[in-house]
Amino acid sequence: MGIGALVLVALGPLVFNDYWVDAILTQALIVGIAAASMIFLAAYGGMISLAQTALMGIAGFALGNMVTQRTPGGETKGLTLGWDPTLALVLAIAGTTLIGILFGAVASRSLGIYFLMITLTYSVIAFYFMGQVTVVSGFSGISGINRYTPSFVGDMVNDRYRLYYIALGVAIVVYVLIRYVVKTPFGLALQGIRDEPVRMSSLGFAVPLHRTLAFGFAAFLASLSGVLLVWWQGQIAPGDIGLQSTIDLLIVAVIGGLGRVEGAWVGAIAFIVINNYIRDSWLTDFLDDVKVGGSFNTIIGLVFLAIVIVSPDGLLGLWDRLWGLVRRGGGPAAPAVSPSPAGQQG
Amino acid sequence: MHAEVRVSAIALRRPLQLAARALIVAGIAFALLYVLLIAQPSPEVGGNWRTTNFGSAIDDWKSFVRTLLNGVTSAGLLFIVASGFSLIFGLMRVVNMAHGSFYLLGGYIAYEIQQDMTGQGFALLGTEVNTYEWVLPALVAVAVIGGVGLVTQQVFLRWNQGQELRQALITIALSVILADQVIAHFNEGIASTVTWPGWTNRLVGIPLLGVDYSLARLLVLLLGVLVGVALWAWLYRTRTGMVIRAGVDDRQMTSALGVNIQLTFAIAFVVGSALAAFGGVVGASQGAVASGQDGQWLLNSLVVVIIGGMGSLIGAVAGSLLYGLVFAFSAVYLPTTGDNCCTQYSIVFTFILLALVLAFRPQGLFGRHG
Repeated sequence: MGIGALVLVALGPLVFNDYWVDAILTQALIVGIAAASMIFLAAYGGMISLAQTALMGIAGFALGNMVTQRTPGGETKGLTLGWDPTLALVLAIAGTTLIGILFGAVASRSLGIYFLMITLTYSVIAFYFMGQVTVVSGFSGISGINRYTPSFVGDMVNDRYRLYYIALGVAIVVYVLIRYVVKTPFGLALQGIRDEPVRMSSLGFAVPLHRTLAFGFAAFLASLSGVLLVWWQGQIAPGDIGLQSTIDLLIVAVIGGLGRVEGAWVGAIAFIVINNYIRDSWLTDFLDDVKVGGSFNTIIGLVFLAIVIVSPDGLLGLWDRLWGLVRRGGGPAAPAVSPSPAGQQG
Repeated sequence: MHAEVRVSAIALRRPLQLAARALIVAGIAFALLYVLLIAQPSPEVGGNWRTTNFGSAIDDWKSFVRTLLNGVTSAGLLFIVASGFSLIFGLMRVVNMAHGSFYLLGGYIAYEIQQDMTGQGFALLGTEVNTYEWVLPALVAVAVIGGVGLVTQQVFLRWNQGQELRQALITIALSVILADQVIAHFNEGIASTVTWPGWTNRLVGIPLLGVDYSLARLLVLLLGVLVGVALWAWLYRTRTGMVIRAGVDDRQMTSALGVNIQLTFAIAFVVGSALAAFGGVVGASQGAVASGQDGQWLLNSLVVVIIGGMGSLIGAVAGSLLYGLVFAFSAVYLPTTGDNCCTQYSIVFTFILLALVLAFRPQGLFGRHG
């Protein structure tokens, strides 16, 4: 089934219309990469990080500040350094990874729900930082970033299929990379730490260091997503990394299922399709006689609530259990996989 | 082929730790000295790294005292909100991500009721509001959100105790829905101010310090202190409080002793939510409530309890004070050299404060759980 999905996605531009390819599939691939970085930390490190959106944004802001040029009479904010796009690309990714390692080092000794809270504060702090510091952004953000892309990447403004295939390529690389990393000695030690931090520490493993490096790796993945995001949107503003976006990414990861990396893209496509088709409609449009107001967010909130209550391991978990039910001829469903061992702490 | 990541850093650890500590102590000492002595008021032209809005404490004593009072009074409000968050987490291990939404909702409910009571438009003057017209909306908001808290706990959080992550996700979902419903039903989510009673709208002279200061802001501090004293009396001088403290220390043992822990949970959740709403009313009176502040107040509560330690009353006091003071001072005592430097970077100090506390005490200043 996975192969089939991949073929369908690879042939995307032939099967789907332009709007779907550009607005939905490309975005889903990009958001999926960020969600995959979150799921990597949750599934293999036992850490629910709400900082992935912030790290994604940091990469985007860094790239925007470095590549854009000061145009006469132009409105572009930020430092407008006008550096070589390839250099800027490398620096943005490396810088975000370093910031991720710093963030990870601060949070690495905290577990479970504490980790979630600390990373949430990172996220909100990053939002206010970008909003208040007008040198690098200010609330209106930086625009016109996708006009300055490295030559090996090519034109992002007019050739939208090119961006689609780049996003697809990066997504595949990210997926393969995660599957590879979790099989290395580092990845195995990380999973050991997830399950038995005290025992691993007694065995001589540097527990906080492993957590920090895992967080740095996830920051690297998030930075890839951030770079693609600014190429796709052309601009980035603090609103892109606000609490709303942070929660949106969490919703994507949870819808897909926090236990499996491929769930990231399942969640992303589900979220974005819902988003695209009912974002601008109000509840009263559907339910005339219901006196409940509200917009898309109420609906997505309710969907999210339902998923967390019914199937904490997301759509893929639901799929697994249904599949198990069918195969065993109506026998008892497999026990729900706990989304992460984070809840065992305390 | 694969690099071993098990770095044997033990030999290096000791001197590195000492160096880091020395550096941090020096940094804090420098920051204090900067505010007290080093900073200078703006000259006519130019400026350097010593140039700030007010200069140091000895240059401009009154501004220093005002900034100090700003920090302490905002700590009063921070404490009201964060103590509720801390109470709920300490006892039930529930991270109530909807705490900021309760704050927002509380502020808007009080706003709507006050508007109805006074029959005025949006531009309500302080002189048009008497004490009763502030207290009643506040009480109603507190009661309503207490009820909302009770429903939330009974319907969404009672059957999945111990699943911390799931409970956090459920409250996140609720906060998404509430944030949207606030926009739909309360003044379209635009900034709305609850008006303080008229008699608070004046400056009072502070003895010994020699400055005039807003009575309303001092009232915020007083309310914070009252909430703190009331919580202390409740937790340390009543039977329910005793059960709650026992529950914070060891939930299973407490219920094994025959205490109705479910009732205690419900009470704590109602009180915690009510405190968020009360904070919302006070915050809406001090500034305004607006859609989007739920995230800000969730952040504030998180920072306070992460610094102070989860479930600790004294920790909430310490966290509020530290955060309030760092926030107040970093906003005005950073250099103002050039166009863009440096007060806009004040948010960085929130992160530095958080990072410093976590580096030395991952459980927070007064926290007991690792």
